[in-house]
Amino acid sequence: MIRFILSKLLYLVPTFLGITLIAFSFVRILPGDPVLLMAGERGISPERHAELSAQLGFDRPLWVQYFDFLGRLFHGDLGNSLVTKKPVMAEFLTLFPATVELGLVAILIATLIGVPVGVLAAIKRGSWFDQVSMTAALVGFSMPIFWWGLLLIIFFSGILGWTPVSGRISLVYFFPDVTGFMLIDSLISGQKGAFGSALSHLILPSVVLATIPLAVIARQTRSAMLEVMGEDYVRTARAKGMPPSRVIGVHALRNAMIPVITTIGLQIGVLMAGAILTETIFSWPGIGKWMIDSISRRDYPVVQSGLLLIAGLVMLVNLLVDLTYGLINPRIRHK
Amino acid sequence: MSDTTIKLSDAAIRKQMLADFLFYFRQNRGAVVGMWVFLGLVILAIFAQVIAPHDPTQQYRDALLVPPFWQEGGSTSFLLGTDAVGRDMLSRLIYGAQYSLFIGIVVVAIALIGGIFVGLLAGFFGGWVDSVIMRVMDVILAFPSLLLALVLVAVLGPGLTNAMIAIAIVYQPHFARLTRAAVMGEKEREYVTAARVAGAGTMRLMFKTILPNCLAPLIVQATLSFSSAVLDSAALGFLGMGAQPPASEWGTMLAEAREFILRAWWVVTLPGLAILISVLAINLMGDGLRDALDPKLKRS
Repeated sequence: MIRFILSKLLYLVPTFLGITLIAFSFVRILPGDPVLLMAGERGISPERHAELSAQLGFDRPLWVQYFDFLGRLFHGDLGNSLVTKKPVMAEFLTLFPATVELGLVAILIATLIGVPVGVLAAIKRGSWFDQVSMTAALVGFSMPIFWWGLLLIIFFSGILGWTPVSGRISLVYFFPDVTGFMLIDSLISGQKGAFGSALSHLILPSVVLATIPLAVIARQTRSAMLEVMGEDYVRTARAKGMPPSRVIGVHALRNAMIPVITTIGLQIGVLMAGAILTETIFSWPGIGKWMIDSISRRDYPVVQSGLLLIAGLVMLVNLLVDLTYGLINPRIRHK
Repeated sequence: MSDTTIKLSDAAIRKQMLADFLFYFRQNRGAVVGMWVFLGLVILAIFAQVIAPHDPTQQYRDALLVPPFWQEGGSTSFLLGTDAVGRDMLSRLIYGAQYSLFIGIVVVAIALIGGIFVGLLAGFFGGWVDSVIMRVMDVILAFPSLLLALVLVAVLGPGLTNAMIAIAIVYQPHFARLTRAAVMGEKEREYVTAARVAGAGTMRLMFKTILPNCLAPLIVQATLSFSSAVLDSAALGFLGMGAQPPASEWGTMLAEAREFILRAWWVVTLPGLAILISVLAINLMGDGLRDALDPKLKRS
């Protein structure tokens, strides 16, 4: 197992270096001059421009800048935002829990609904439940989620007035940031109504973000179940008179879950892309909105480091999925 | 040698394969529906000038935010109402089909050609060529596609062409991987060795001998990428990074309509519905194609 982990880790090194190279070079070729941008509306004299360029290291050869960038990266220094002047890492850490909270709730919704629906659809193959749920899954899979979010806002916020339109919690509540997760912090604070407010802010964005993963998980679970239920060992279990609930629950489901777990893990990339849209629609103060805002403000260090952090994160989660896969399926790690 | 052996011509084999394919495709009702809807979209896009009742950019200043005809205040001269500057929604939606189909075709073409070429190289030559190419593909795949496309568009400058290039670059690794896997499976087979022995050159082996036998998964992936391209380009348009106003691209229309979300449902609902219907139709077709082209599923 240790060899398996090491080989997987070794494999990641060139990929990670490639990611740093992409993040670095993108920002160098982005149009616009970062020094001019920092100077703001008033403009800047050529002397001051040269001075600032030298100060920020923009006048050195590109490869020197790249190795400098790598060196600082390994010390956890990702530079400062050109707009807020705060360290990028600090900004990332403040906003990150919001995205994680949203993403976790979304993946929870997707899994808790998607897996049972997929299993039931497979067991009752060809029934009306199978047909309706799989049609719904295909619709969900094809959904432009930015539009879906707007529709939910029209209906639940506009017409019914049940949920707020944007943000993470109502402004009347104020409590210290303990975990960064609004649901938990509001509970800890003990303020009346705070948890309800956090929950009502979270529900629409997480449903929107869950839509595509839910559809993918339901479809994947169904096809994995169908495949497993055609296997010899399931037929044997049936033939020796085992109750159907045990055949499905123990023999079929366990084996069908292996590809499903991979699918769930691979949704992290989908979630990050979805978070960009969802957070924009619901003004959710997370990483996705931060990236969009930074791109439109041409805040280079943020775009560069954000890209790096997100890709690194996706890579890490994919590694974890790979390792879990190796853990539950010994055939993989001995290959 | 048996007397019953019948020599089939290539044309006859192809005809039989097509008949098989159509048989399995037709069995999937959803796929057939998807195909008809898609054909409808193609017709709308091609004949937009004839079908659309108005010019999609013509602003009728005395008819701002007119609701669809069946609602109070609606008018039959604007069947699906007008937007905030008085442009006919129906005409804009019809012209929008041109954008979506065009984007889908261009993105898939670029990604497919690039991916096949790179994947063939990697699979055929193996060794360090393969390692280098596949590591680069891994790097691209490590980024969430929409994010990478967004940053690429920021680099290249917002606009439809750049959005298409960005999306194509992001999709290309999927085709490269599929091609590589298929090529690696095929290149050790006897017919390839036979062709090699018969004196076929590298180019002929790659493009004429091996490639045609790797097409099935690529066709399915192309269909799926087509629908994703329509979705992603609409998302870029929605974020202000894709087609720029006054283009009647559906995502861009949605972005313009956002502020009227609680006042005029039709300007928000209809463009999104158009995106959903076209993406759904293409995905339905893709499902049918996969079932019809996958010999493993056919037997069951």
